[in-house]
Amino acid sequence: MGGYGDVQLLRDDGLRLDGRKLDEMRPVSIEAGILPAADGSAMVTHGLNVAVAAVYGPMEAHPRKIQRQDRAVIDVRYNMAPFSTGDRIRPGYNRRSREISKVTAEALESVVLVERYPRSKIRVEIEILAAEAGTRCAGITAAAVALADAGIPMRDLIVGVASGKVEDTVVLDLDKAEDNYGQADLPVGILPNTGEIAFLQMDGDLSPDEYNLAMEYNFKAAAEIHEIMVDALKRRYEGGEN
Amino acid sequence: MSNGQNGAELRLVTPGMAIGPSAGIRVGSGALAQNDTIIATRLGWVKEFNNTVSVDPINSAYMPRSGDLIVATVAEVRNNLWFMNINGPFQGLLPMSLAPWKVEFGAARQHMGIGDVVLARVQEVDECHNVVLTMKGVGLRRLTQGSLHSVPINHLDRLRGEGNATLQRLRDACDCRIIVGENGKVWVDGDAEGTAWARQAFDLVRNSGHKDTFEADLTALEKNTPKNGDA
Repeated sequence: MGGYGDVQLLRDDGLRLDGRKLDEMRPVSIEAGILPAADGSAMVTHGLNVAVAAVYGPMEAHPRKIQRQDRAVIDVRYNMAPFSTGDRIRPGYNRRSREISKVTAEALESVVLVERYPRSKIRVEIEILAAEAGTRCAGITAAAVALADAGIPMRDLIVGVASGKVEDTVVLDLDKAEDNYGQADLPVGILPNTGEIAFLQMDGDLSPDEYNLAMEYNFKAAAEIHEIMVDALKRRYEGGEN
Repeated sequence: MSNGQNGAELRLVTPGMAIGPSAGIRVGSGALAQNDTIIATRLGWVKEFNNTVSVDPINSAYMPRSGDLIVATVAEVRNNLWFMNINGPFQGLLPMSLAPWKVEFGAARQHMGIGDVVLARVQEVDECHNVVLTMKGVGLRRLTQGSLHSVPINHLDRLRGEGNATLQRLRDACDCRIIVGENGKVWVDGDAEGTAWARQAFDLVRNSGHKDTFEADLTALEKNTPKNGDA
């Protein structure tokens, strides 16, 4: 079975169309502290995805009705730039960006020690400059590095990673063709040090065995990305003495 | 700031990273005990002192404490009080009874409006993080001239130096009045050349304050002071 239509997503030699193995990630690079005006920032390049995250705060929460007396609120705004894909995207908020902003905020709230800053707000802006499937995962990873760069206390660095199913085969880190024509997509937010899952979404169907294999791939990829995140943060402050 | 004075090894940690076992060790700020292990909750340098493990954060928000001298900006005005932006997670509250003037009810706007900058002291911070400021005290006043700049909270010690020595060097070099608020806001009053030089110095603190090359960079910058005619 070849997904939808006649699109062939796996080559005869068992590799994927871009030459990757089934459990191989696209190249990931991360840079922390790229925006001088923000309290913390990061840029994640994941395959052809480019996500920039900026963190401001903690600050007084406005409007006051959003304040929580016992904790900070995390205000996430995920947005895809109009030029991020081949077809121009209409600027501004849409249903998809609202949904991703909400799930990202909930994922980040589970790792940030929000009880340290009651009645305040931490603003996280995620801008997707180039998109090629997996932008919410790249956005979450960028947001985590930016939060750490801003000095926000967290239990762990959350990593966004996805796997899915194409041609009845579980693969790690779907690219655009696999995302569009594949059978399932499983993006998750993983806390690598504790092995907890902060968010999980599933589009399509996976059998229990396929799900387990997909999660195995995700945890393996999360460990690799986590190392790159730590390296990016350490690189920013290398040469420090204090 | 962790300065390694006790000879301990300096280690940069990221949130979630294990620092060591928690048995018999007290957990300080920037760290958390989880499953018999102390983990870092912030990006910063591990500090071990008096059997307490903590993390000195590289970046952090200003958390007001009673007695802090701060440079604050008026954010909102009400009939009998001002809400002040103190560069922290919470706004400060300056009631008219703690202003340096005799203020009639409803006349707060006549004394200070949105955007005005003041030198104030934190009078009280309660358990709900309500911050009350006061302008009653020697030197506390509205700052009507000069310019406002920012320096990361964790680099304030670098900016001041031992016994304010570095700050005095900056004052002498740029021939400006400089007031450093505990909230990372710095007020500079002087001529344009001096202010421009001071701004370069603050940029240096911001970008190199955590590096061991800071002292040499500052000395190099001092050679280009307005007095030397190169600013």
